[in-house]
Amino acid sequence: MKLLTHNMLTSHVKGVTRGYPLLIKATEVKVSEVEFNPQFVSRMIPKLEWSALVQAAEGLGHLNDLPAELVPGYENNEEFLRKVHRVLLEVEVMEGSLRCPESGREFPISRGIPNMLLNEDEA
Amino acid sequence: MKLKELEGCLQQVDVFEEPKVLLEQYPTSPHIAARMLYTIHNTFDDIEQKLVADLGCGCGVLSIGAAVLNAGLCVGFDIDEGALDIFKRNSEEFDLTNIDVVQCDVCSLSSFAKKFDTVIMNPPFGTKHNKGMDMQFLKTALSMARSSVYSLHKTSTREAPFCSLKTILVFFLQHIQKKANDWKVKMEVIAGMRTISEYFKGLSDKLLVTHGIFLLSPELRYDLPASYKFHKKKSVSHVEVTKIWCFLC
Repeated sequence: MKLLTHNMLTSHVKGVTRGYPLLIKATEVKVSEVEFNPQFVSRMIPKLEWSALVQAAEGLGHLNDLPAELVPGYENNEEFLRKVHRVLLEVEVMEGSLRCPESGREFPISRGIPNMLLNEDEA
Repeated sequence: MKLKELEGCLQQVDVFEEPKVLLEQYPTSPHIAARMLYTIHNTFDDIEQKLVADLGCGCGVLSIGAAVLNAGLCVGFDIDEGALDIFKRNSEEFDLTNIDVVQCDVCSLSSFAKKFDTVIMNPPFGTKHNKGMDMQFLKTALSMARSSVYSLHKTSTREAPFCSLKTILVFFLQHIQKKANDWKVKMEVIAGMRTISEYFKGLSDKLLVTHGIFLLSPELRYDLPASYKFHKKKSVSHVEVTKIWCFLC
């Protein structure tokens, strides 16, 4: 699970109003090289929940100097875009779990795949 | 990338070892997957550098194709663990890193509102005790996509055995059109007989909208109407295909 995917994931447990952001507990993290595309990263940034990304990256020990607040003018800052690229697309959680901040429900991550399926009584 | 190369590439994708009938796990053939993706990429420029979702991705032929065509990231969604294992294996064998996957029930997805640029899918046809499943997939897809949804649908003569193919297609398109109206989205037919395109001619001027349900009916030879010229157009070709898909209800 890449952090770009994590940034969009929400818990849907019954009764939960804002199951976001999911807290990552990782036991295995992998960093793999992904082709850098400044336009794509730049286009994704305004759509992200920035604070959730920073929190997730920090928790994994891959903050990569990302600032707590997004600084304007990043579109032309290649160094910054590369850092965001790494965090968004190259850092991957392989094993661990995601915890719903509201219900505490844990969703396992195994072989890089988060399992968001709910039992019948939870949905 | 040429169509033949893309198709050849997708032929290397492993598919279900033991398909589950209830989940309607029929794989998307490399033939149709390649043509679908080729059109989406070359004519509509909705893959390269885009955030793409593949709903009901199964073993991942569409996701792999989207990743090969340089999607910014393609995320596959499927309920079935077995399929996702093969998906994962495929993406590793292809050495693709612009791909990710989530196990979930597509019908209960509601958290991705407008997060993706493009949704591609070959949804369950809704014929195995799950009538209307394809429409649920479409609805989810429309909630997730900012710009376009591309979906394959099946043609079945089961409900209308005495109709001509043309009648069936019109019926099908009317059905989708009605759904599209209910959901307040615009629909455009990409692939279809010229007559079908004519039938929906009134809609073709409205393509520049935030949403479109794009149907591919690959049993037909098709050419793309000139009204698409405002899109990037690397090449437009006649595509000869043989299988019957497209249709439900």
